[in-house]
Amino acid sequence: MPDKRMHGGFHVVQRGELPQLKTWLYRLLAVLGALTTGGLFLLMLGFSPFSVYGTMLRGSLGSAGMQKETIKLMIPLCLTTLGVALAFKMRFWNIGGEGQISAGAIAASYFAYFHSDWPSWLLLTVMALAAILAGGLWGLIPAWFKTRFGTNETLFTLMLNYIVLYLITYLREGPWRNPEGGFAMTPRFPKQARLPEVMFPGVGNIHIGWIVMFVAVAAMFVYLRHTKQGYELTVVGENERTARYAGMPVGRIVMRTMFISAGLCGLVGMMQVSGPDRQLTDAVANGRGFEAVSVAWLSRLSPIGIMVVSFLFSVLEKGCSMMQTEFRIPASMSDILQSIILFFVLGSEFFIQYRIVRRKEARL
Amino acid sequence: MTDTPLAISLRGLTKTFGKVVANDHIDLDVRTGEILALLGENGSGKTTLMNMLSGTYQPDEGSIWIRGRRVNIRSPREAIDLGIGMIHQHFKLVDVFTARENILLGQKGRSAAPDEIVGRLQLSIDLNKKVYNMSVSEKQTVEIIKVISRGADILILDEPTAVLTPQEIDALFDLLRLMKQEGKAIVIITHKLEEVMAISDRVAVLHRGRNVGSVQTADADRFLLTEMMVGRQVGLSIQRAPMQAGNTILDIHQLKVLGPEGQPELQKVSFTLRAGEILGVAGVAGSGQRALCESIAGLQEIAGGSILLDGKRIDGLSPREIIKRGISMAFIPEDRLGMGLVGSMDIPDNLLLKTYRDQPGVLLRRKAAREEAQEMIDRLDIATPGLSTPVRKLSGGNVQKVLLGREINLSPRVLITAYPVRGLDIGASMTIYDMLNEQKQKGVGVLFIGEDLDVLLSLCDRIVVLSGGKVTAIVDSKFATKALLGMKMTGLATDKEDAYA
Repeated sequence: MPDKRMHGGFHVVQRGELPQLKTWLYRLLAVLGALTTGGLFLLMLGFSPFSVYGTMLRGSLGSAGMQKETIKLMIPLCLTTLGVALAFKMRFWNIGGEGQISAGAIAASYFAYFHSDWPSWLLLTVMALAAILAGGLWGLIPAWFKTRFGTNETLFTLMLNYIVLYLITYLREGPWRNPEGGFAMTPRFPKQARLPEVMFPGVGNIHIGWIVMFVAVAAMFVYLRHTKQGYELTVVGENERTARYAGMPVGRIVMRTMFISAGLCGLVGMMQVSGPDRQLTDAVANGRGFEAVSVAWLSRLSPIGIMVVSFLFSVLEKGCSMMQTEFRIPASMSDILQSIILFFVLGSEFFIQYRIVRRKEARL
Repeated sequence: MTDTPLAISLRGLTKTFGKVVANDHIDLDVRTGEILALLGENGSGKTTLMNMLSGTYQPDEGSIWIRGRRVNIRSPREAIDLGIGMIHQHFKLVDVFTARENILLGQKGRSAAPDEIVGRLQLSIDLNKKVYNMSVSEKQTVEIIKVISRGADILILDEPTAVLTPQEIDALFDLLRLMKQEGKAIVIITHKLEEVMAISDRVAVLHRGRNVGSVQTADADRFLLTEMMVGRQVGLSIQRAPMQAGNTILDIHQLKVLGPEGQPELQKVSFTLRAGEILGVAGVAGSGQRALCESIAGLQEIAGGSILLDGKRIDGLSPREIIKRGISMAFIPEDRLGMGLVGSMDIPDNLLLKTYRDQPGVLLRRKAAREEAQEMIDRLDIATPGLSTPVRKLSGGNVQKVLLGREINLSPRVLITAYPVRGLDIGASMTIYDMLNEQKQKGVGVLFIGEDLDVLLSLCDRIVVLSGGKVTAIVDSKFATKALLGMKMTGLATDKEDAYA
């Protein structure tokens, strides 16, 4: 007698192609599932999830002032993600956004501190260019080693982060320490070295970075879809052997792409020190280089998607700081929620590709 | 025959991979003491079916009986416990171990002694030889001893002859017959008709994932089987277009190529390719074919000798430099989606691979490529849901048409093709042969790396035989026979002068 329990049963089967709409529905369900799980977590802590989530929404989007803060969080996150996503598209795992932002910030700060006699437009332009160059060169190091010696870029970019991060600490405590302050801090930027503010429709004045962000999203869209360079880096990412076969200079493409990727991160560094921070601090990158990795994955490397996801992440972050003041829940809740969302959405990819079925039996 | 007990019964076995139905409600019986040939084209589902028997895959539907007992085979381990042994196309042996060590590896004292098996089956193999010193056929023998020592009495061999010379195939078949007499049930997966006729008692034919019928081999003939296999009548003859050979275009002189470990892959390889001829390259897989193609295409460094195209040296040039100098050479690599195409991109984007650089400015214009793609789809009858379907979703034949179509559109002077019909059904293969013949008549020099000797003999004008990285013969295919090619492929040619017939 065949054992009934042994035969049949559930198992995992690969799916055919799901329609676009359905895959997005799955992802939406995943986000809802994540929020529910986060809610249960809050419930366990003794809070009502609805009032906490409500506060978070109010705290991030409730007023023009809140919206302004949220957008200010979004600008660096979105730009950093655009940067790392470009490298990811080439299957180059740049997790060195932190270091590249910091390198850009240091280069920009140098001009802010030592060339403050220049006219503002010139100073800001030079700061931006120096930041792009510094970030880009910092990113070129792992790229060069990878093309030359085949080193692993993940580890390489990660370790390079710490060098610049501690370089900032050194500068803050040593050569660039503000002689007038009691704490080990860098001086504030002179007025000419601060980014001008521009009216964001319906919200108010925000530093010019928001325009840079929108331009960068559009530029990245065009670059990836409609330029030869974007085509090249996609081919290299998808199939390096084919790229060589087609006569593409693979090494040069890797270095060029990584320079642009890291240069964008460097620019973020300049905009942070010269925009909201107004001085060089070791929190200039503040984990954005890593957060950008999550955003890049969730948005599937699409520039529009990056804008949307980085906005949602900023809402979460801003909302959680409000939650902290109102409910005294630590702001790390924001990180926990982000991680849960990431976990759920990446998990939903499994159900997009596979389904679980029960096997039908046949008779002899 | 019918009274012998059933070793395997499959009923309604179904396996899908996404949209692709690899096996569609397959019923199949295998008796003890019989050799069943599982015949079908590439992609017809043979290997998938056997992988469900060996525990690699789980069926989506259907049931399996082994010796009358219903079973659920959840892992290769369970398959071994049921006495099912599978010999895969790619051997799973530890190179630095001896044959004996490989056979005893991971067995807990329940195995038959390897020496006893060697004696019983009259095998000529040195069990103390290290695997890395072994020829392909010796490795295969080790695999067979390995599964038998684990008590397998149901043997499944997945395309066991693909890498063997004709002489080695004969030896393998003798061994299979001996094991059959011992009462083992043997399934041999193949797509070669001659082998079916030579070795099997019964044939089951798969076509597009379905079992289209079983026949006693004695009652079958090649045309019947072919018809079952492709599902329609096909002319089996390949035409050789008349040759009007012109001047030498490609001149390979004393070419030497080293592999990644510094071992020679090609040594003293010399031959010429003329305009308007198809020059075949025959050889057992791994005789240096890949090194030959890739060094001509500039993808592999050479260690000595020279490659001349139209009298000018091109060795040492990268593909990029070759393109830059306006040298029109096309290369169809054997692993089409691994090199040559980008699987995730659509047809227009794949057509752009070799021409995008000629566009002025920084922007990429796709309009011309889309038109070219549409024209190619119509002309070559490429089956695709649409222009923007990624090429990896197309069938092997259609993928090959895209690749070959793109390369031919560049009007090359030299066309290098490595196994261009591998994985293609007969209809698609014929289309590819036609395309190659057409190029030949346009005066293109075609280098055709092939595996099927019948195809090589009927399509090519001359054939270069490679063995162990050396040229063992260059023959005019009008005067060559399969037996001769087979002998040269084993590298048995004793007399060097004689080899260059």
